[in-house]
Amino acid sequence: MTMFLRCVSAEFAKIFTTRLWWILAIVLFCYIGLLAGGLAALFAGIQTGVISPDAVNTGGGSTDLGSLPALIYSFASSVGYVFPVLLGALATTGEFRHQTLTPTFLATPRRGLVLGAKTVTLILVGAGFGVVALAASVGLGGGVLSAFGVDALLIDSETWLLVARTLLAMGLWAAIGVGLGVLVPNQVASIVIVLAFTQFVEPLLRLAASFLEVTATIGNFLPGAASDALVGSSFLNLANPSASMPLDWWQGGLVLLGYALVATVIGYAVSWKKDVT
Amino acid sequence: MSAGAVIEFHNISKHFGGVTAVNELSFTVEPGRVTGFLGPNGAGKTTSLRILLGLVAASSGTATFGGVRYRDLPHPLETVGAALEAASFHPGRTARGHLGVYAIAAGLPRTRVMEVLTQVGLAAHAAQRVGGYSLGMRQRLGLAYALLGDPGVLVLDEPINGLDPEGIRWIRGFLRDMAAEGRTVLVSSHLLSEVAQSVDDVVIIARGELVHLGPLSSLDTDAAPQTIVDSPDRENLAATLTAAGISFSIGRTGLLAATGDPARLGHLAFEAGIELSVLHRQKAGLEDSFLALVGGGHSL
Ligand SMILES: Nc1ncnc2c1ncn2[C@@H]1O[C@H](COP(=O)(O)OP(=O)(O)O)[C@@H](O)[C@H]1O
Ligand SMILES: [Mg+2]
Repeated sequence: MTMFLRCVSAEFAKIFTTRLWWILAIVLFCYIGLLAGGLAALFAGIQTGVISPDAVNTGGGSTDLGSLPALIYSFASSVGYVFPVLLGALATTGEFRHQTLTPTFLATPRRGLVLGAKTVTLILVGAGFGVVALAASVGLGGGVLSAFGVDALLIDSETWLLVARTLLAMGLWAAIGVGLGVLVPNQVASIVIVLAFTQFVEPLLRLAASFLEVTATIGNFLPGAASDALVGSSFLNLANPSASMPLDWWQGGLVLLGYALVATVIGYAVSWKKDVT
Repeated sequence: MSAGAVIEFHNISKHFGGVTAVNELSFTVEPGRVTGFLGPNGAGKTTSLRILLGLVAASSGTATFGGVRYRDLPHPLETVGAALEAASFHPGRTARGHLGVYAIAAGLPRTRVMEVLTQVGLAAHAAQRVGGYSLGMRQRLGLAYALLGDPGVLVLDEPINGLDPEGIRWIRGFLRDMAAEGRTVLVSSHLLSEVAQSVDDVVIIARGELVHLGPLSSLDTDAAPQTIVDSPDRENLAATLTAAGISFSIGRTGLLAATGDPARLGHLAFEAGIELSVLHRQKAGLEDSFLALVGGGHSL
């Protein structure tokens, strides 16, 4: 056990002795802050009548957006999840790319232990990214809502449940990044997969799946959909309100965990335990 | 420092697909001595050392430290220190950050980091990112990693590559000091001349197979001794050698006679009344023996 804790400490040291973590954290904060702040201003303006609905082409014309604060706050994970995935994937593929697996496995020859420690570490750092993203979505987004006179629901228990689930989701996304990293150790390929899948492939799949009842059920098991189910609110769910019942929050969490575990276990076999030459 | 353990390779083979990188390799390395692990590029040195360290799985055979496989060592970095050929650093990490990570993983006191950086002469560059290091500095950082746990066994793959003359002199002294302290020192090189001044024993491999094993002096076999002899009257000298049944070839500086006994040639010339201008024994160098063993043309 002490050996595992030492490994976790070493994995933390690996992350915090390079610049990647804070560069990603800053970009995450700015991105979510702009999005949450900007959309909070837009929707709050519509809701309070400061902005006329006719002035913006909202398509359906309905201004009933459910809980506006929850929608704004959930940007932390529904948009920000790509950052912990990238961190996890880069932390893992970097070991292959820079051949640091050699000193790592010399110091700790039990490779499964190292991979387990890396996963635990990234879950915690991923949750830390969740804190950063929430600081942007709740801090800035909530601030803008208040400025428009909309109740930011900061003392609402639902809001704090959403915060807690966001932290969990961001941690699990980082673990998925680790799994992807061992599955596809080539760093460039891994980054391309993360960006293409999260920004393009999955949103399209979710949209396409929502057209039929049966595919909608399957679509609920896509990682992004599972993550939104876990967190409990997302603009992507709003976009297709006719979708079948989404998963319960805990089911969404288990689906995410499943993706992380399956990728990590397969990756362990195909790359992590192979010859280090 | 832990006691130097005996390194034992027992029938190690490794196939990469159809390529046999190491074939039935067996030898032992003793503590208190520097052992040179020699062979031309591609001979299988790096592969053998990575198998020893548990980084590459052998196709068959076992390699151990005092009878224990690397992955079963309770405190690996405190038992064995290894510096492998490839630079294994994240370029964005400082030397101190790099070593700190592995000191934590091995449960070593953080003070060891600056100690080993000082030992290899990198203390002034401890806070510099490794990406800006020269090849020689990377070699030293690799050595610093090997020393982190103050191990009784050192396994170094081509540690002299990329060092400047001052660095080469430094590492020669370093290897001798380590062995003098009772450590087991196994150091690979593709050039005998690089390590000849430092090693006590040699293990020579070529094409994955053991071709020679023994003290360095065992290379000094002088299997085909020659004596160079010349005279202003070379024709007469040649005739005398032929008459005495000594074969020779004509070299640049005289006749290369196939004998290790210059006194006999001197006596023959004296009896025949021939004036000699050159007479000296030609010894085959260590490098010649090495090249003969590994098949000459392979050394790059
Ligand atoms: N990962 C690998 N895949 C395929 N062949 C390899 C691999 N690593 C080494 N080899 C081959 O094994 C042989 C021995 O290589 P190596 O151990 O690096 O030799 P050395 O260190 O003595 O130069 C070479 O023919 C090399 O091409
Ligand atoms: Mg080599």
